[in-house]
Amino acid sequence: MPPLMKTSGALNLESIRTRLAGARGRAYWRCLDEVAETPEFQDFLHREFPAGASEWPDGFSRRGFLQIMAASFALAGLGACVKQPLEKIVPYVRQPVELTPGKPLYFATALNFGGYAQGVIATSHEGRPTKIEGNPSHPLTHGGTNVFLQAAILDLYDPDRAHAVLRAGQPSDWETFVSAMSEAMPGHQAKGGAGIRILTETVTSPTLHRQLRDLLVKYPAAKWHQWEPLTRDSVREGARLAFGGFVDLQYAFEKAEVILALDADFLFTHPASLRFARDFAARRRVQDASSAKMNRLYVIEPTPSMTGSVADHRLPVSAQEVEDMARALAQQLGIAAESGPTSHDPWIAAVARDLQAHRGAGIVIAGEAQPPAVHALAHLINAQLGNLGATITSTAPIEPAPVNQVTSLRELIADMQAGSVELLLMIEGNPVFTAPADLGFTEALARVKTRVRLGSDENETSRHCHWHLPAAHALESWSDARAADGTVTLIQPLIEPLFQGKTPHEVIDALTQQPGRESYDIVRAYWQGQGWTDFETQWRSALNDGFVPNTAAPSRAVKPAGIPPPKTPHTHGKLEINFRADPTIWDGRFVNNAWLQELGKPFSKLVWDNAALVSPALAQREKLSNGDIVELKFHGRTLRAPVWITAGQAENSVTVHVGYGRQRAGRVGTGVGFNAFALRDTNGLWGGDGLELRRTGDVHSLASTQQHHSVEGRDIFRAGTLAEFAANPHFLNADREPPPSPEDTLYNSGEFKYAGYKWGLSIDLNVCIGCNACTIACQAENNIPVVGKEQVGKGREMQWIRVDGYYRGPLDNPEMHHQPVPCMHCENAPCELVCPVGATVHDSEGLNVQVYNRCIGTRYCSNNCPYKVRRFNFLEFNAGMTPVQKMAKNPDVTVRSRGVMEKCTYCTQRINAVRIVAEIENRKIRDGEIVTACQAACPTEAIVFGDLNDPSSRVVKLKAQPLDYLMIGELNTRPRTSYLAKLRNPNPELPS
Amino acid sequence: MSEPRDEPIAVTPLGYPGRLLAPGQTYESVTESIAAIPLSNRPPRAWYIGFSLGFLFFMVLLMSVTWLFARGVGIWGINIPVAWGFAIVNFVWWIGIGHAGTFISAILLLLFQQWRTAINRFSEAMTLFAVACAGMFPLLHLGRPWVFWWILPYPDTMGLWPQFRSPLVWDVFAVSTYFTVSLLFWFLGLVPDLATLRDRAQRPWQKMFYGVIALGWRGSAAHWQRQQSAYLLLAGLATPLVLSVHSVVSFDFSVAIVPGWHSTIFPPYFVAGAIFSGFAMVLNIVIPVRKIYKLEGLITARHLNNMANIMLVTGQIVAYGYLIEAFMAWYSGDIFEEFMMHNRAFGPYGWTFWLLLLFNCVFPQLLWSRKIRTNTLLLFLVALSINIGMWLERFVIVITSLAHDFVPSSWHMYYPTFWDWATFAGSIGLFFTLQFLFMRFLPMISISETRELVAEPEKASA
Repeated sequence: MPPLMKTSGALNLESIRTRLAGARGRAYWRCLDEVAETPEFQDFLHREFPAGASEWPDGFSRRGFLQIMAASFALAGLGACVKQPLEKIVPYVRQPVELTPGKPLYFATALNFGGYAQGVIATSHEGRPTKIEGNPSHPLTHGGTNVFLQAAILDLYDPDRAHAVLRAGQPSDWETFVSAMSEAMPGHQAKGGAGIRILTETVTSPTLHRQLRDLLVKYPAAKWHQWEPLTRDSVREGARLAFGGFVDLQYAFEKAEVILALDADFLFTHPASLRFARDFAARRRVQDASSAKMNRLYVIEPTPSMTGSVADHRLPVSAQEVEDMARALAQQLGIAAESGPTSHDPWIAAVARDLQAHRGAGIVIAGEAQPPAVHALAHLINAQLGNLGATITSTAPIEPAPVNQVTSLRELIADMQAGSVELLLMIEGNPVFTAPADLGFTEALARVKTRVRLGSDENETSRHCHWHLPAAHALESWSDARAADGTVTLIQPLIEPLFQGKTPHEVIDALTQQPGRESYDIVRAYWQGQGWTDFETQWRSALNDGFVPNTAAPSRAVKPAGIPPPKTPHTHGKLEINFRADPTIWDGRFVNNAWLQELGKPFSKLVWDNAALVSPALAQREKLSNGDIVELKFHGRTLRAPVWITAGQAENSVTVHVGYGRQRAGRVGTGVGFNAFALRDTNGLWGGDGLELRRTGDVHSLASTQQHHSVEGRDIFRAGTLAEFAANPHFLNADREPPPSPEDTLYNSGEFKYAGYKWGLSIDLNVCIGCNACTIACQAENNIPVVGKEQVGKGREMQWIRVDGYYRGPLDNPEMHHQPVPCMHCENAPCELVCPVGATVHDSEGLNVQVYNRCIGTRYCSNNCPYKVRRFNFLEFNAGMTPVQKMAKNPDVTVRSRGVMEKCTYCTQRINAVRIVAEIENRKIRDGEIVTACQAACPTEAIVFGDLNDPSSRVVKLKAQPLDYLMIGELNTRPRTSYLAKLRNPNPELPS
Repeated sequence: MSEPRDEPIAVTPLGYPGRLLAPGQTYESVTESIAAIPLSNRPPRAWYIGFSLGFLFFMVLLMSVTWLFARGVGIWGINIPVAWGFAIVNFVWWIGIGHAGTFISAILLLLFQQWRTAINRFSEAMTLFAVACAGMFPLLHLGRPWVFWWILPYPDTMGLWPQFRSPLVWDVFAVSTYFTVSLLFWFLGLVPDLATLRDRAQRPWQKMFYGVIALGWRGSAAHWQRQQSAYLLLAGLATPLVLSVHSVVSFDFSVAIVPGWHSTIFPPYFVAGAIFSGFAMVLNIVIPVRKIYKLEGLITARHLNNMANIMLVTGQIVAYGYLIEAFMAWYSGDIFEEFMMHNRAFGPYGWTFWLLLLFNCVFPQLLWSRKIRTNTLLLFLVALSINIGMWLERFVIVITSLAHDFVPSSWHMYYPTFWDWATFAGSIGLFFTLQFLFMRFLPMISISETRELVAEPEKASA
């Protein structure tokens, strides 16, 4: 044992550090014990902490010992919090690697959405990630993000994450688990692993796949099952029906001129939705009257979706009717599909003609909620139209081991029920909560001898497990994953696991008894075996760029079998139920994420709850108002849920979003909402006919962030058609009073010239899909607090940018519009006039600046703001943050206390950061250097920020468009935020 | 000293109650009837009841304010868009109530209206208390009340001054000036009476108390000359305040762009409304007090009649204000103004608007009848209706306009919480506490000025 005292008499911390470094768990404490009992340490204590040391009684108390030890070691720098991971991670752009306090580093990695990788760049401040952006270089996503990726930061710092290994509910440690496994595995080996089952969600990680394959080789009788509630089984089976085997399709929406979506929310729920949104927007954007061309989108769906909201023609039809219409369409196009008359035949005929007129430049896509037959029909139709091979290419499945997940789960449950499963390892997932109700997962689980779950939270499933292992968040892990086009991203961590989390790689290793490899080693080992020419360089550049080049799956031509699938048997009940992914908490995994709970859902704007969405006609028939609790009975199971009357909902369809009603989800998510999984069974995985609905007379109070969805004839949202625009580009200004001229003033209009930078923002309503990524991005970037359901009900939500939803037209099928509203940064700001203390002032570049530490909170500015973009801290919304939650805050932005007004600042901290760099480099800020958080997050690039004094900037060009307008410009506020009006491209054959 | 004889109320040729002073009042009777009250050993039982009630609600106020400071303005029902709720409604209501005092003291003085004498002390005190109650609210409604002083102009190390273009800063000047001038004016008028009390006081603490605050008044000619000059000067200063203070308060609204606020009729309309509600509050207090303290000889039917007439006139101006707002909303053709008017009458808060019209426009029309003007109970009830109506008017202006303004996606209702009501009731408690303390310890009617009427009886029946 090396001497504890250095020659100078100081405690040899180095040696203690080395001794402790290798130790884990009980060994760690044992080591500390040894150190504590040495006279050198006692000496050290007496010198350093004379007061503390004097408490050191001869028969010392354990508690006192630990306290003093903790204090001394923390101060001596032996604290558990290691700022930089031990392995070398590679930052994205900024060199050098050493940390400069105050300057963030950026690391490219990936986060999981639907099992597939979404390339992101994580911003790291002082060794902790604080913000997620898209990765503009990623070949698939090209820089967009969605709400789930933006909110991942809060998931990382969730204090309800699993903190420790649990064994039968009691704290344990990793070593104990590993040794328990090493004891058990030889027994399994002897039986060839017959009792081992692994249950994962969708897996695209090449490393994990290899590990599982090796495990299955080592234990040939073991089985690997996959299940996730929002399974893409229909997509897979549909492809199998059409092409004879699993095939993945890559859609090139940038080439599509006509798109038909059959209950397909491809702009949001598809794993490649970020790319689809970008490409779709590229064909949607209208910037030039002379060459105005737009794609045309037809959508048929039972419930409003983001894709439906940007459609040129949308029909609300029941989910069953979608198949009927798909068949009728196929028939029209010359495919001999079984079909009959539908109530929308003329519509279908017009769509058919449109698709025919754009052969090879169309896309027909079906959604995951539609049965495989509809997918197969879509493939046949695409083939018939020559789209296959043009706008749609096919590849081998990106998933290394795709299965029918329902079948897989069924097999697992059957084995469990039969008692043949001795060891079940579940990697993430929550099958106790999400498995179809008729399969009896929970009962079968009880018959498994040893149940292990690796999960980020101790959820309903972990409660039934013998072992719960805390999972490392993606931002804490070494791993890899494939994006929907096959591109591989190496996932690198930005921070040491906060709660001793483990990755699936490490857990599988524990089963295959590899000697204590870290994830880093596991992933590297896999890629070293891939035959790269210069491994180190390629490894580092893959980490740097955020993807491994040329790993996109090569296209593989397929031909559909040509035989149309048989009709899915219909029942003809009166009411239909639809289970859909929740637009804010997905399948329930995000219920404990307060940002997502407080995010208003795209149309209802409901927060902190879900509801049964009903059509206005159904509500009228059943005499329902918003919040009335109804009893939904489906296949013999019941669920009580409040209703929400939803314009555009198919008349006899009721939609319930899944994932709510969890009982073990942490302090934020437990007990929130109503559990749709309780109704879901394998006969109606995505819903079905035969729903019974009955009023109960009870009421549940629902909170929403927007109560009124009409513009009331005001100049807030402008919309028109492409034809009108082509005829007269200024048609939207025709009947309107122009905003007053800047010369029309009693004051000296030329008094202030914005000679330097002149910041402005343009929002293109034509491409906004209402995904709300901007809202969450702003919340993450600007430390915006969450206020809770009751406060939102009172009207106190704090989000700085909101996406307003407006309807126009008949309630049963209205036009739906989204309008992001940040601060307008008015040149003639009404708020600045009325602040008594000058807490809101205008800077020389045009920003309306809110000075938090001058604000006394009279709220006159909010009253005078016609756009109501200002938010007030009515109570101390940032109270009671745990130390982990504080880590999520962006250090470049003040955290506001109670009594202070706040609002969008055009991300002034980003402007300043870029300005500093530009000044150091003695140059002007270039267009595109400053990217506001909302702009960066937007997958369709709807928001553009820039310098109005720079004639070559994008924002100047956008504001010069004839479609550009100011929100209520007639008030003469002269906002710097302007909008490009929304155009639709309706088919002249169809009624608008 | 002769007792005031019960005589039928003499009637002037125009048919009004004639007397300002009951016949048979002498110097001594006047002084005795007024001074006896603060010097008495025991106030009447009604005083105990009234004071206890007021004090109870004052405690409610202290509780509400403590909780408010501890938690923040979120305990009230305010939100975005309705960021101003009861606090501002109460602020404007109280300031309005205070206007009667200054009107009576200053303007009626300069117009030589002798009938002001019996009520000016009372109403000026009421003004002070109303302004005190009002002044609380702009401080309480701040998000960060501990830095309220940043709204005051003082030279600071950073060279930061308030933002003078904001009406809230003007409010500070207006209300503080108003309070200061009213206080000085009131106190100046009190000094001779305090001296009277000092001279008549029997108990040591009374002698000491009145002795100190009487400032050594000897009643010499020189004292009187100075006092009267100063009094007139202050009246002159206070007169424009009657018009300016509430005009400035109305600027809080009319300078803003909110439809329903942005209206040039507001200054005169608010001032008229202030006098309207002020007189109503004076009547609401004076009618029971004169009965309990048997001051009918000094506060006669003539006084009540005149006050009722002023209420009638100002009520018509207020009604005109409502009318012209509605007309302008239509005439302007502005989509926001039209909607505002329609929403005010038929929107979710429409019931407050119709109640407002009932209390402020319909019931006060009863005052056309002399019978009602001279019936103390009915007059009391009409005055009460006006007080409620004026509170409702501020509610309609502040809250209805904010709840549904320019951008429909931000429309949201405002629902007052328990603390909103508690703070409001508490402020009324504070007002009554101060009022009752005033009635207990200070002369409610100006002794010296009433004695002037005895000296010049022709003025008493003018």
